[in-house]
Amino acid sequence: MALNEMGAEALAEIVDQIATRYQRDPVNLLQILREIQEVCDWLPPAAIDQLQTLLNVPRTKIEGVAGFYSFFYTKPRGRYRILFSDNITDRMQGNQPLIKQLCENLWIEPGKTSEDGLVSVDSTSCTGMCDQGPALLVNNRAIPQLTATRITEIADLVRNKTPLADWPADYFAVDNNIRKADILLASEMTPGDALRAARGRTPSDGVKASNTRSWREGLPSGISGPSAMLDEIKRANLRGRGGAGFTTGLKWEACRNAPLKSGQQRFVVCNADEGEPGTFKDRVLLTTQADLVIEGMTVAAYTIGAEQGFIYLRGEYRYLLDSLNAALERRRKENLLGENILGIPGADFDIKIHLGAGAYVCGEESALIESLEGKRGTPRNRPPFPVTNGYLDQPTIVNNVETFAAAALIALNGGEWYAAIGTSHSAGTKILSVSGDCERPGIYEYPFGVTIQQVLDDCGASATQAVQVSGPSGVCVGVDEFARRICFEDIPTAGAFMVFNQSRDMFEVARNFVHFFQHESCGFCTPCRVGTSLLVNMMDKLHNGHGSSYDFSEIEKLNLLLQTTSHCGLGHTACNPVLDTIAKFRPAYEKRMKHDQFEPAFDLDRALSQARQMTGRDDSGAHFSTSKVALGEKA
Amino acid sequence: MSQKFSLDGQVIPFEDGETIMQAATKAGVFIPHLCYHPEFKPHGSCKLCTVKVNGRQTASCTMRASTGMVVENNTEELNGERRALTQMLFVEGNHFCPSCEKSGNCQLQATAYHLGMMSPHYDHFFPNRPVDATHPDFFIDFNRCILCSLCVRASRDVDKKNVFALSGRGIKTHLIVNAASGNLADTDFSLADKAAQVCPVGVILQKRQGFAVPIGERTYDKAPIAAQREPEMEGAPK
Repeated sequence: MALNEMGAEALAEIVDQIATRYQRDPVNLLQILREIQEVCDWLPPAAIDQLQTLLNVPRTKIEGVAGFYSFFYTKPRGRYRILFSDNITDRMQGNQPLIKQLCENLWIEPGKTSEDGLVSVDSTSCTGMCDQGPALLVNNRAIPQLTATRITEIADLVRNKTPLADWPADYFAVDNNIRKADILLASEMTPGDALRAARGRTPSDGVKASNTRSWREGLPSGISGPSAMLDEIKRANLRGRGGAGFTTGLKWEACRNAPLKSGQQRFVVCNADEGEPGTFKDRVLLTTQADLVIEGMTVAAYTIGAEQGFIYLRGEYRYLLDSLNAALERRRKENLLGENILGIPGADFDIKIHLGAGAYVCGEESALIESLEGKRGTPRNRPPFPVTNGYLDQPTIVNNVETFAAAALIALNGGEWYAAIGTSHSAGTKILSVSGDCERPGIYEYPFGVTIQQVLDDCGASATQAVQVSGPSGVCVGVDEFARRICFEDIPTAGAFMVFNQSRDMFEVARNFVHFFQHESCGFCTPCRVGTSLLVNMMDKLHNGHGSSYDFSEIEKLNLLLQTTSHCGLGHTACNPVLDTIAKFRPAYEKRMKHDQFEPAFDLDRALSQARQMTGRDDSGAHFSTSKVALGEKA
Repeated sequence: MSQKFSLDGQVIPFEDGETIMQAATKAGVFIPHLCYHPEFKPHGSCKLCTVKVNGRQTASCTMRASTGMVVENNTEELNGERRALTQMLFVEGNHFCPSCEKSGNCQLQATAYHLGMMSPHYDHFFPNRPVDATHPDFFIDFNRCILCSLCVRASRDVDKKNVFALSGRGIKTHLIVNAASGNLADTDFSLADKAAQVCPVGVILQKRQGFAVPIGERTYDKAPIAAQREPEMEGAPK
């Protein structure tokens, strides 16, 4: 229902109901805004007025949060809000002509809302459907495998104002594309087994329930149960799967040992904000192995002594919300979540799902926590770290989806079993999200240590020019490096594996990534906020044919500045794709170095494009030509 | 007070919990900064105060001092980085010093002079940022905003009004005011507010006060920023 069909009273009632369901607590602001928008199609000023009173927060706070996230709209964006995923893989699969086609069919311009307020079409950062693109989101629901025919059908559905619920269900079918499963993806663990194993793993030393600080102390195995579990995690040599590879055992131990002030508790947070372009393995894990992930979180709660957990699910995966909530509900019924887990008095742990709203930077753990608290997703100043001062300033662990899944298996099978898989410094398996130029894109799980070449062979890649490992913030690997291995001691990865064959222009790949970083910079610190825009301008300048060697040295200087002075990893890595491709694919850049001397970026003909658009002209008289007006030359 | 660290070779004493910036300021050493203000919780966003601690760059306004730290501050490398950051702030907004009421009292301008910034270096972004002149006593000229958030912190923490906040993201980050209309006139902002006095640049300007002190006799006309005691320190309580 659109707002104009909704009376002021109806709106007020809806806002009240939603806010009340979230206890009128500003910490839930993101979820409240999301639900209001799901009903109203945007965030009308009247709703914000009302929230000020209901939540007792200033308007500036609500507008500051709403303005931060890509998926919140404080201006009407239509009943159908269509966002094309614009990762480089979507581009390679031809999303640009499809965007043009849809806009022409609907008579609108990209980025603008139609005159009748029915529809808007725009693009967004990678939506995690790279193995089945091009993809789009319509009102935050994913439609993969787009074709020209499908676009025509979608335009008809929009024009006929067919409610989204009545669109063909097969549009929304997302494939798992599991091509190679190992211990995680092939797990057939019975829910609860890992928890029982964690409990049973410890020497039984009687009930030590005297300390009721948290449920781990209430378990029959007493203090030694959780510490035995922690020992297994350490023995397993498990390292975080989000990319940085921090030792999980150390993180859990630091949180477990962090002192609690009165009224405080510990928190377990699952980072399912899988925003790195080219990564989609968490989507598949949460689809096919949700129990394993949730059980891993419960094992973590048992180990560190937490009663509350959160799954921070990226907004692009909104469609997984119902199935995940169903899994949580089933586990509550099976006594694997909630109060007195497995029948043990005091063993309490439950999980809430928090949906993101389109902000890559929230994958950074302290920004994620800010977002969980209903704030703008700005990375915090550290130290202190989340393990001591996390959610609501209380001890918190944030781990990747895959890390929790691995922790469940470690609880079940033991640390030694796990440590024997992979390499000496990288225990276990790694799930890769393979996309780009290959015959079989999808999900591949390997023990750590697999070579790039092996993955390329398995996925049916040929004439490969380069692989971008771990997304734009990772590394670009050329042919002479295909013998290198995926592991922490060689090429660490969060999971993305984008393949580019020899027909691809690596400059354009880097330019796409640079635009991504600019779009996703949170804007907090000067170097990243301005620097990513400067970098975009420089890459666009080369793209537009005004490049000279001056621009190369500028890019290199800028890179150094971003690496040394940025506030968080986003700024530190924003220049990586450019530096890597300059180093390894120099000809792609030399082609653009058209001038020996410095050239300004300004282009008179391009500056006229607005005038051409306004007048609907594109004839030769509407273009500027240097040959006619060059100095000393007669027209 | 026996704890000390080294700052460009000078021994700086500090007390538990003090940041490098606080200890340096107390010892009379100037570290360039824009979003830092001694009366407010440090923000760490402008990055002008970046120093090298044991060889690694970090913001000195948020980094706690610890014994034995070796800190570099006034070096060519760091000042070069600060100059580039200052240039970024200049091209990101619309800063026309000759016609700005704050010229001579502006920290951004004074910092640029201090760092020897001779040109903006980068291409200007020329953003479109309309001026808000709705309030009877104040203009807000968003063109000059450097997003330091000092007015945000002052209004929230001292005035308890939350008149200002940052919205948007990335290069679209911008200052907003607490009114559905978006106009300052519709907020409870007033002359007595702390937030009215903290803007380091020329965004929040009092009406009918233009050029009351002539150019040439202004704060940074008399002495460069590095040679001054923090003006905000002098007015600070305690």
